[in-house]
Amino acid sequence: MSNNKDIMRAEDFSFTYPGAPAPTLKSINLPIEKNKITALIGPSGCGKSTLLRAFNRIHDLYPGLKYDGKLLLQNQDGTMENILELKSESDLVHLRQRVGMIFQKPTPFPMSIYENVAYGLKLSGVKSKSELDGRVEEALKGAAIWSEVKDRLKDSAMGMSGGQQQRLCIARAVALKPDVLLFDEPTSALDPISTGAIEELVAELKSEVSIAIVTHNMQQASRLSDYTAFMYLGDLIEYNKTKKIFMNPDEKLTEDYITGRFG
Amino acid sequence: MVGRFFKEFSLFSAVLILIILAGIFATLYIYASDSIHQFGWHFLTTDVWEVGEDDEGGVFGGLIPIVGTLLTTLIAMVIAVPIAMGIAVFLTEVAHPMLIKPVSIAIELLAAIPSIIYGMWGLFYFAPIIQHLFGGSGVGLLTAGIVLAIMIVPFMSAITKDAMNVVPGVLKESAYAMGATKFEVIKDVVMPYSKTAIIGSVILALGRALGETMAVAFLIGSIMKFPKHLTDPTTSIPVLLANNFSEAQDLELSSMFYLSLVLFGVSFIIISIAKFYFLGRKR
Repeated sequence: MSNNKDIMRAEDFSFTYPGAPAPTLKSINLPIEKNKITALIGPSGCGKSTLLRAFNRIHDLYPGLKYDGKLLLQNQDGTMENILELKSESDLVHLRQRVGMIFQKPTPFPMSIYENVAYGLKLSGVKSKSELDGRVEEALKGAAIWSEVKDRLKDSAMGMSGGQQQRLCIARAVALKPDVLLFDEPTSALDPISTGAIEELVAELKSEVSIAIVTHNMQQASRLSDYTAFMYLGDLIEYNKTKKIFMNPDEKLTEDYITGRFG
Repeated sequence: MVGRFFKEFSLFSAVLILIILAGIFATLYIYASDSIHQFGWHFLTTDVWEVGEDDEGGVFGGLIPIVGTLLTTLIAMVIAVPIAMGIAVFLTEVAHPMLIKPVSIAIELLAAIPSIIYGMWGLFYFAPIIQHLFGGSGVGLLTAGIVLAIMIVPFMSAITKDAMNVVPGVLKESAYAMGATKFEVIKDVVMPYSKTAIIGSVILALGRALGETMAVAFLIGSIMKFPKHLTDPTTSIPVLLANNFSEAQDLELSSMFYLSLVLFGVSFIIISIAKFYFLGRKR
């Protein structure tokens, strides 16, 4: 079972929203490989965002949902831990520090640029000013935004452009040095130039973290990712190397979707 | 045509507010001018309110009602602000969905109770409790302050709750995704995001507490005496005005207008400070 290549893995994973008669995700088996980019594609409502949001248990903010199967996350020592077994708030906090998330719209907090990046670090217990300064700078450099903001770290993050805000959000997540970063359609609210900058950044980040990205944009998936998973109506239809999925998919459904026959 | 009419109508409405404000101020000042000439600034530091022999002249000072007003308001705000915030946070972030509706409705009903009912309830039910717990005569600063707090809580919590409800879900989620706990999300995201509305609600509540007459008249004791303890009876500006207005004439009447001018000024200053201090830092 143990496969060191996978930083995360869904095994027979099912998910049911509160009050829903049937599961939204049905018995998903999907690996997220270490230091690779895995793209989740599929038409609206196929469950790709739902799956992504399960990887850091952000669903748990809303009561009444139901998980089945396993979601495994690799620990430092190489063992796999089922994150669905985490119960306490502090365990979930720890999980979310290891598995970061970037949302569809930029979500800067109502504080300064510096504070936005330092926030997660402070939460995780970093207190010393010099360490904070260093990690903030490092994260902002990592997110390729340092040169744009280094003179106005004290300004409110709300005054930045959408693309800058999104890179700030990435910097904020990177600052925690997570194992995995989950991107939920990170460029859908951005213009093409900002989108390009984000994509470039995501590609650079994979040397440090493992990445799962949900996208509606087929070109984005094919440009960026190493592996692609195609989902449809709550099922994982096909998972393979991105090249294979886009050039010569095994499933007819995948081919229809990729060639734009539906969705 | 319609656009122009609308523009002028809205301009008129906006200017009207300024005119009313200036008009009230001018009226108060004109009526108070006798007293202002007589007592000047000493009015603010004099703790006597006595009509002279044969109802002629007399010595009037506003210190006691001014202090009474400020202290009851302070007590009310100290108690009410944390409770109102607690209610708002509970209803937006903590409460089980089943509980939100009934509690919200209860709060709205509480806000709709006329102040005289608070006064009567406070006098007959609450004042004896205060007397039992803290001594004193039952009516006084503390009783008035607490009942005032109860009166302004619903109001503040309703506005704050509405403001917290519009904090974007995804913003909270992204704080959780950084490893924040519920408490941290409330403290660092929800509160700052709704800061403007929270301060707005506090200012409105403050205005109400400063000017509240009926409930306080029942509960403060209405005695022209400087309070030494929290439980001592004293008086406040609106209460003194309401109690003496029907009989006052000449200099006393003018002094009462002076006092209302002071209340006007105090409200104005406090609200300005609150606005500029808290909202000024936001750019």
